[in-house]
Amino acid sequence: MLLTLVLLLFLMPFIWMLATALKPGNEVFASPPSLFGSEIRWSNFVEAWTFVPFGRFMWNGLVVSVLGTLLVCITSVFAAYAFARMRFRGRSGLFALYLVTLLVPQEVVVIPMFIFMQELGWQNSYQALILPWAFTAFGTFLLRQFFLTVPRELEEAATVDGASRLRILLTIIVPIAKPAIGVLAVFTFINYWNSFLWPLIIISTQDMATVPIGLNSFLGQQGNQWQLLMAASTISMLPTALIVILLQRHLVKGIALSGLGGR
Amino acid sequence: MTSSTTAGASTTSSAPRRAPSLKRREARTAYAFLAPSGIGFFAFTLGPIVASVVIAFFAWPVFGERTFVGFQNFVTIFTSDPMFWRTVGNTLLFVLLYVPLNFVLALGLALWISPRIRGRGLYRLLFFLPAVTPIVANALVWRLLVQPNGVFADIASWFGVEQFNPLGTEAGAMAAVVVMSLWQGFGYNMLVFSAGLDSIPDHLYEAASLDGASAPRRFWHVTLPMLSPSLFFAAVMTLITSFQVFAQPYVLTGGGPGVATTTMVMYLYQRGFQLFDLGTASAVATVLFAIIALITAVQFLGQRKWVHYE
Repeated sequence: MLLTLVLLLFLMPFIWMLATALKPGNEVFASPPSLFGSEIRWSNFVEAWTFVPFGRFMWNGLVVSVLGTLLVCITSVFAAYAFARMRFRGRSGLFALYLVTLLVPQEVVVIPMFIFMQELGWQNSYQALILPWAFTAFGTFLLRQFFLTVPRELEEAATVDGASRLRILLTIIVPIAKPAIGVLAVFTFINYWNSFLWPLIIISTQDMATVPIGLNSFLGQQGNQWQLLMAASTISMLPTALIVILLQRHLVKGIALSGLGGR
Repeated sequence: MTSSTTAGASTTSSAPRRAPSLKRREARTAYAFLAPSGIGFFAFTLGPIVASVVIAFFAWPVFGERTFVGFQNFVTIFTSDPMFWRTVGNTLLFVLLYVPLNFVLALGLALWISPRIRGRGLYRLLFFLPAVTPIVANALVWRLLVQPNGVFADIASWFGVEQFNPLGTEAGAMAAVVVMSLWQGFGYNMLVFSAGLDSIPDHLYEAASLDGASAPRRFWHVTLPMLSPSLFFAAVMTLITSFQVFAQPYVLTGGGPGVATTTMVMYLYQRGFQLFDLGTASAVATVLFAIIALITAVQFLGQRKWVHYE
């Protein structure tokens, strides 16, 4: 009972966000405060959507997050399998290099990354939003740890039958590793969707802005029409919140497995 | 490939000549599997890390000539840049407030949402929710809440506190950033601790109870040691991420009032992308990384003293 009360208090910022998003503009700061204004104004959502090109921000965010997630998952699956199961010269050295970079935060490399993108002429592009963070060691490391737990016997039978490594990976390993790949996919998507510092640096046109950048620019432009800002914030939370709610059980298990998540 | 492995292969294999080529083929496949990740890794991960250190030794404006200046950028931020030390101080203050409070909240709620509670999955999920919603949106919501005429000010006035305006004072603004960050971030560690708690076998508690251990003693002698790997992991990760704090102050306080909540990453951003001084900004980044690396190393060295792996 007390826990429910604490939870409600905890969720109060979300509740207030939604309440504000549905109020007429002149009642946002009404005193005494009340959850409901004189009317429920759904049109705030429509207005927020059209006042700034919010649809464009959402589209950009989806393109970047979906493509980025696909790229991370595919490249990580192959690299992780090579590290976990195959013998080749330089394996341990290369893997050590991957490990070392795990500890370097994104913030430390935004400056060289910016110069790199500038040299390539990639400012204000999807590839500048996607590629710089698609090859971190995290995905490879996470999946390698999972692949190591898969019993070798499962593959040996297929090897005797003459199946190629590619076949083994795609038909045996990947199906088993679905939960781990799923966790990687969800947290990669969330990271791309929520990313703020990097888009702030590399995106300067409204055309290419992602959702957080759009929200931030909204703050300046709107003369702080909080009801619209809160409607936009609500919309911006839907994709990641829905993913987490729908995949709840798998994610909690995944966090337990990897202990990591989307940092 | 050494001669001994080849010899070994030739004694066991009926077709000795083919053994090396199989191995070579395996290696070739491995390199093919690695190529997409590896090329991207060198270009976009390792390369920039090395470059970030190099750039710190240059005067490197966004537009115009770049020149090698040795340690000059570091000398500048260390000796003649009061903003640098101020932002280091602000960041340390944030970390010192945020990390312990995060642990208390995360562990407290992980323990509270015990197996006896119905719908515990849902509780965990909802406490975790702000960790996955966009941090900018979260910060905007809090910015609305703490407006001088906002709902928090109204609630404060019921308790006789008039003119409630945390963003107007240095301490209040820092408190707002910390509280908002806690609200947003503690869910991760709560989930990590919950998973750790769930994996402690019941028989340990039963044995301790049979030995007459009280609840606090069971917590101290069973729960904490068994949870120590999770605690260690969470401590490492939380410290690393808390030194990177950026979006919360950027959106919630704008780094103010004055520069009271300007953090190191905010300063890096301002220096690099508002003053277009990439060399000095890189020096700030290098110092930030040195601090993070040092603290992480100390934690790994210290873990033997308190972390119990089975």
